[in-house]
Amino acid sequence: MTAAAAEPHREPIVSVRDLQVRFQTSDRRATVKAVDGVNFDVRRGETFGIIGESGSGKTTIGRALVFLLNPSAGAILHDGIDPLALSRRAFQNHRRDYQIIFQDPNAALNPRMTILASVLEPLELARVGNSAERERQAREALERVGLPQEFGERYPHQLSGGQKQRVVIARALTLKPKLIVCDEVVAALDMSIRGDVLNLFADLQRDLGLTYVFITHDLAVVSHISERVAVMYLGQFVELGPTEEVAERPLHPYTIALLSAEPRPLPSSMRQDSRIVLQGEVPSPIDPPSGCRFRTRCPHAQPLCTDRVPEWRELKPDHWVACHFADRPNFSPNAQPETTP
Amino acid sequence: MGAGPPAQGGTEGARDGARPLLSVRGLGIRFKTAQGIWQATRRIDFDIAPGERVGIVGESGCGKTITGLSILRLLPGNFAGLDGKILFDGTDFASCSARQMRAIRGKRIAMIFQEPMSALDPVFTVGHQIAETLRVHTDVSYEEARAKTLEMLRRVGIASPERRIDDYPHQLSGGMRQRVMIAASLICGPQLLIADEPTTALDVTVQAQILELLRDISETSKTALMLITHDLGVVAETCTRMITMYAGEVIEDATVDEALVRPLHPYTSGLLRSLPHLSPRHGRLPSIPGRVPSIAEMPAGCRFRARCTHATKGCEAEQKLLDAGGGRRVRCWRFAELNLPGALHPPSAPAAAKVATQ
Ligand SMILES: Nc1ncnc2c1ncn2[C@@H]1O[C@H](COP(=O)(O)OP(=O)(O)OP(=O)(O)O)[C@@H](O)[C@H]1O
Ligand SMILES: Nc1ncnc2c1ncn2[C@@H]1O[C@H](COP(=O)(O)OP(=O)(O)O)[C@@H](O)[C@H]1O
Ligand code: SF4
Ligand code: SF4
Ligand SMILES: [Mg+2]
Ligand SMILES: [Mg+2]
Repeated sequence: MTAAAAEPHREPIVSVRDLQVRFQTSDRRATVKAVDGVNFDVRRGETFGIIGESGSGKTTIGRALVFLLNPSAGAILHDGIDPLALSRRAFQNHRRDYQIIFQDPNAALNPRMTILASVLEPLELARVGNSAERERQAREALERVGLPQEFGERYPHQLSGGQKQRVVIARALTLKPKLIVCDEVVAALDMSIRGDVLNLFADLQRDLGLTYVFITHDLAVVSHISERVAVMYLGQFVELGPTEEVAERPLHPYTIALLSAEPRPLPSSMRQDSRIVLQGEVPSPIDPPSGCRFRTRCPHAQPLCTDRVPEWRELKPDHWVACHFADRPNFSPNAQPETTP
Repeated sequence: MGAGPPAQGGTEGARDGARPLLSVRGLGIRFKTAQGIWQATRRIDFDIAPGERVGIVGESGCGKTITGLSILRLLPGNFAGLDGKILFDGTDFASCSARQMRAIRGKRIAMIFQEPMSALDPVFTVGHQIAETLRVHTDVSYEEARAKTLEMLRRVGIASPERRIDDYPHQLSGGMRQRVMIAASLICGPQLLIADEPTTALDVTVQAQILELLRDISETSKTALMLITHDLGVVAETCTRMITMYAGEVIEDATVDEALVRPLHPYTSGLLRSLPHLSPRHGRLPSIPGRVPSIAEMPAGCRFRARCTHATKGCEAEQKLLDAGGGRRVRCWRFAELNLPGALHPPSAPAAAKVATQ
């Protein structure tokens, strides 16, 4: 997964500017600021990871990226163009290039449809070729994800979780997308087969030149497969940079705490005792804290953090952070967690 | 692998020391289903010493929850039979009456579950639910029960418990509900706490708080912990021993350090290597081919055989849980000749550097 690194200066496949997504609560009394001012580019051919705890806004960003929901403010450009400015028909065609896959393969597959019928469905909706041509493409997609042809005639309940997730991937591939948003796609899979599915994503990227936005709460997964990773907290990015940098030289106190909280399957001789246990839980996105949103749990918070929103700045080349004190030389140097190998 | 220090102190004593608190022997559970009688678990053998923290790991459906529930004899309606013995402090639960079990549950053994919301009653305050457990099992007064409840809520890290004690479960966050569940389970001072995926539904920063709490409580109150999880990292952080299950059987039983560094069963080794933590970034992740056989069509002989790269002639024979020396046990007749890789093998660069400098 290194195609992107070679050409960092081409037009980004996605650019996100000041993105905001708001929801009304079900009683319509309050507004949830699910995504509140996020900026980033996704480079062609890369895997862009987004990590964060539940409710931080990862899924909302993912859905906005493929226009399953519209931004409340800000802009999302695909290949430099604004899809919302296209005609209805052009927009429908355009959307095929940007697909999303979710965590639960059971929810994505109709239990009464055969696997082949499920994979054919998007081709039929898009009226691609004639029926023979559609079947050829669907079977090719099944083959791509490593499922034997006879699986086409089976039903979802006859497949394992990993196999069902492969079918969902095959479905997304039929329309030959340029980018796939993968939202917690391995979270529901058993650990012995997670590797298979992650390897499949890597193979497809290499063979088809795909770009991924990989959303997960699992640090080990994100640092395994992404070139760059963004850390999200309460609707905002707090840090963004090359995976190695973020995992080994994190700049934001939240990233540092997140890395330290991750349970590691290491023997006692290799684990460090000085883990940072954050107090409390993530505050409500209805009424987030003033200033820095992390200040209610930050071990380094100062009065300034209450009064002023930290600027989103590029502290090191390609490595962005939003914290007033991230450039202080003695900023929690000992609290630096052990790196994820 | 000789670079690191030996296994954590204290774990050996737990094994060879005083008689175990819990001794499970030949435990098996059968269910009635439309397709006939299913044997969900079988031949489960293990011990837990007083105050010991043991992790039960394995993939979905391997029988972890059923094993936890069967110790408490909390089995679903279509339960069709239980084999073996569940010896707890000298009493065999397998032959206890329902009434005797009710007196034991909550008092001497407690259990907490993944979804604290479903275990808490939405119509009662959290204080009432905790105090009730105490009043069912002891003859404390209402005031005493309330005072003990406040104390326990403070103990599990609920800030300003006097304000929270009269809250209803829906008014609490997920992490707070799990703390309340832990408080309720500990209020009678049980000797054993069975925790089934207690942090799976929580965020990683809150998970770290709850695991720290469980570790701390087990250390200070000498409560033994049986922690059921699919997450090997959680076991490594919390427990001293790890029991691995596969397809309804115990296949390996070792200290956490031994199991991670030098697993003896090919399945344990495969699981460890499939973790993304332990392989180089962007490299290919090893996986275990195939899938767990379904209960309805369990193969004879070694149940891992169809997925095992070390299977040979001889593996079609029934596998016993063999003594591997030093208190370790493994259900694979080839364990002594196989030199299986563990968490540190092949050594990934940063991990290897760290070991070498120690
Ligand atoms: N009431 C039941 N009737 C029939 N089979 C059952 C019943 N409850 C559980 N089983 C089966 O028993 C096996 C073990 O189930 P158990 O719930 O113990 O798994 P587990 O290891 O806890 O898995 P998970 O990690 O998914 O929680 C599974 O194959 C399951 O389908
Ligand atoms: N359709 C919706 N209506 C109201 N609130 C929503 C909706 N979708 C998401 N939210 C809220 O927006 C926030 C971010 O949600 P989400 O993007 O799903 O987070 P994540 O994927 O990081 O767990 C949460 O507080 C969530 O409850
Ligand atoms: S700005 Fe202040 S509160 Fe926010 S992360 Fe930095 S030190 Fe902590
Ligand atoms: S008994 Fe044979 S098939 Fe089973 S784990 Fe051992 S080597 Fe593999
Ligand atoms: Mg989500
Ligand atoms: Mg379970």
